[in-house]
Amino acid sequence: MKTVKYLIVLCISILGLGTLPASAVSLEETISSLTKATTEQKIQAVNDISASGHAKAADILQALGSNKLYYKRSSKKVVIIKKSGSAYLLLDPLTAKELGQSAKSKLKKIRVNNRIRVVIRGVLGSLRLLSKDPRLRLKAAESLFKLQAASSITLLEKAIARETNKKIKVKMEVALAATVLKTSSSTEKKLVAIKLLANHAVPEVRSLLGSIPGTEKSERVKNEALKALQDIESSLEFWNGVGNIFQGISLGSVLLLSAVGLAITFGVMGVINMAHGELVMLGAYTTFVVQEVFRTYFPEAFGFSIAVAIPAAFVVAGAFGIAIERGIIRYLYGRPLETLLATWGVSLILQQLVRTVFGPTNQSVGNPEWMAGAVEIMGGLVLTYNRIWIIVFSLLVLSLLMLFLRKTSFGLQMRAVTQNRPMASSMGIKTGYIDALTFGLGSGVAGIAGVALSQIDNVSPNLGQAYIIDSFMVVVFGGVGNLWGTLVGAFSLGIVNKFLEPFAGAVLAKIFVLIAIILFIQKRPRGLFALKGRAVEN
Amino acid sequence: MTNKLRTLAGASVIALTTFFTGAVQAADTIKVGVLHSLSGTMAISETTLKDTMLMLIQEQNKKGGLLGKKLEAVVVDPASNWPLFAEKAKELILKHKVDVVFGNWTSVSRKSVLPVFEEFNSMLFYPVQYEGEESSRNVFYTGASPNQQAIPAVEYLMSKDGGGAKRWVLLGTDYVYPRTTNKILRAFLNAKGVKDADIMENYTPFGHSDWQTIVSQVKKFASAGKKTAVVSTINGDANVPFYKELGNQGIKAEDIPVVAFSVGEEELAGLDTKPLVGHLTAWNYFMSIETPENTAFIKKWHAFIKDKKRVTNDPMEAHYIGFNMWTQAVKQAGTTNVDAVRQAMYGQKFKNLTGGIAVMNTNHHLSKPVVIGEIQEDGQMETVWRTKGLVRGDAWSNFIPESAKLTADWTFPWVCGNCEKPKHLN
Repeated sequence: MKTVKYLIVLCISILGLGTLPASAVSLEETISSLTKATTEQKIQAVNDISASGHAKAADILQALGSNKLYYKRSSKKVVIIKKSGSAYLLLDPLTAKELGQSAKSKLKKIRVNNRIRVVIRGVLGSLRLLSKDPRLRLKAAESLFKLQAASSITLLEKAIARETNKKIKVKMEVALAATVLKTSSSTEKKLVAIKLLANHAVPEVRSLLGSIPGTEKSERVKNEALKALQDIESSLEFWNGVGNIFQGISLGSVLLLSAVGLAITFGVMGVINMAHGELVMLGAYTTFVVQEVFRTYFPEAFGFSIAVAIPAAFVVAGAFGIAIERGIIRYLYGRPLETLLATWGVSLILQQLVRTVFGPTNQSVGNPEWMAGAVEIMGGLVLTYNRIWIIVFSLLVLSLLMLFLRKTSFGLQMRAVTQNRPMASSMGIKTGYIDALTFGLGSGVAGIAGVALSQIDNVSPNLGQAYIIDSFMVVVFGGVGNLWGTLVGAFSLGIVNKFLEPFAGAVLAKIFVLIAIILFIQKRPRGLFALKGRAVEN
Repeated sequence: MTNKLRTLAGASVIALTTFFTGAVQAADTIKVGVLHSLSGTMAISETTLKDTMLMLIQEQNKKGGLLGKKLEAVVVDPASNWPLFAEKAKELILKHKVDVVFGNWTSVSRKSVLPVFEEFNSMLFYPVQYEGEESSRNVFYTGASPNQQAIPAVEYLMSKDGGGAKRWVLLGTDYVYPRTTNKILRAFLNAKGVKDADIMENYTPFGHSDWQTIVSQVKKFASAGKKTAVVSTINGDANVPFYKELGNQGIKAEDIPVVAFSVGEEELAGLDTKPLVGHLTAWNYFMSIETPENTAFIKKWHAFIKDKKRVTNDPMEAHYIGFNMWTQAVKQAGTTNVDAVRQAMYGQKFKNLTGGIAVMNTNHHLSKPVVIGEIQEDGQMETVWRTKGLVRGDAWSNFIPESAKLTADWTFPWVCGNCEKPKHLN
């Protein structure tokens, strides 16, 4: 009975297959041939899939290009995978029907390399240029710009005529001009294309125009290309300078974050705390722990993990700071050399502690969605979101700290103790208590810096070492005991460093900055903005 | 008087006990020194190798040890401190009287222990890819030399499948390994007809974290109308912020591929690898390669370390091959005597974890296959290309004129690590 049923099903499926259009059958064959194809055959298959005109062709190629096309080890059936939890959801490539779940070990990926990806990108560009989704159209125009194949000229012309979105239209026109310039035989058309391209000063256009003199036969086109290239170069040069300033500010904001806590402990209290970097590192590890908690219990609210990590890092690093102050530093006030050695010892202990608890390897701290990616301003100037956020964040931390010191009674007491300890003490201020809290505040701010640094640097036990020297440089240069000095010091060091780097290289730039600071300190021992404080009195 | 007597008696008791325990231990076990940093900067990479050695030794002991004796691991911690490496090496050789040492990661630490091993005629197995230009009678180099990693990787990028790169950016951390490797690569590229104007070299300090300027410089360099590729010898920790910046500035592997020589599974473990998919690495081993030997090795490693998430990497395979070759050589020589074992090491063969058989050459370097892999979303590498057969490790590069003349061969009639002519002629 059962066999009869199977037979009927089999007959129906054969009949069903027979009625399908011929192209679909061959498309299926092409797809299954991918499982054992060489690079050349895969490229051929990509072109075949695109030429099939099947409604799912673009989706299949997209899956192939983004490593989502697998096949079952047992049946060699090709599937598109979608991750769901720890298992994989399987989709039929042609019908997008769900085929159940499978463990990863039962699947094998259809491998592609960069050469195949370039082909897929070009093909997808042509397939999606008329898509309804504006983002896909934009991406398609960009890929056709890179493809520069004669076959896409008519398609681009058609798409430009239809396009209503101005930004995408411009991209398409640039892509068309690039394609014409590379493939057309008409000198006139090429000159028009160069004229259009000359208005778009981006590195990609520069790259394209730069390749023209080597391949072009017509002298006129060559000369025009060179002229346009010069204009673009000077415009790019300008934007490059703007980019340098941004990068300098960005580096400055990182320096500011790592130094602002030190500006309190070293600048205001006069304690040389070599374990400052490790307090930053503890902040970064707190971020990691908070993110782990989020990953396990509230994966959907991951974007908020940073918001929770900031106060947590402040508390953790602050608590460690108070413990260090109460346990060690308070016995060593007025003895800078002993403080230096003792806190250095503390820094080694903290490093090894973290290494023992978390292991010596890097911990992965994720970037929330809103911090990844970049915004392109003009002329190839790319500002990355995480850098922009860190600049904003550092300024926010600094201004909150200033408000706190100026406007709260604790800030007042702290400044009083700093300026004249015996007087403050006789006015009834518990100086020991204020010392501990001030040190805790500086350490807590270091912890907050750790949250920010975990977004751009790797979280390992050595994280703090990289920042300790720079932090001291900023505080000494800016003027001990002055938060404004720290701000100006951090940003000027950042910008100078970034302007030196392209000429001198990263290593020499650092050396130059260090020498400049040494010379500067000879001239002005108290830094840019000198202020009276306990450290100075001593 | 009594005091003096007491001290004398105490001293002799101590001397006697140390003599006896020393003698008893020497008879009972074969001592294997493990010289890897367990604290400090390099702990991130070297702790894993210490665990690998402990696993290999435990396994050998389960098989009954060697020459009827048990193996005993002597682990010391040189704490990422280069001069301390030399002291600890001395301690292993003189105090613990080890028969062989497996250790070191950075080139500078190897250079620091080299005189010690040569002075006391002991034996070191060095498991990490390095810059070459060295062959010591007392060291076996089980990691890759430049012609087993850098040159094949550049050849791949020049090929059609690799994208046909014409312009090259050589990025590195500022120390001996990247500088020497890039010197060799520049000479190689020049020999292939690449002009100096099409090569950009850039060095950064250890732990460099601000890559904005350099990544935009690379972008600018790449926009000169020729296909550009980046060869990275950036060390360890600095890689994470470098790749993050690449991803954020939107550099795609299809446009500017980056091939890295110091980035393995272990380094990628702390990284969100999504923006890196398609960038390349060149090694002699990938965890993802499916062979029965590799599957068994990974299974053993997970059981030993009691953590299924831990990855395996290339230097681990190097220790695996080195240790097994050493045990075979000891068995053949019938002794752990350094001179006898050294002779037995030449031509020693052992199965690679990635297929094929590694051979120890008379220049103290291995013949191994070279694989190029693409970084995947899960932090693993997938092979995109591998050499047809084995590549013999060169101690001296053929592309640096002053090195090309030199030969390293520790068998008759050469018997030297850097000679232009054999030492023994008639």
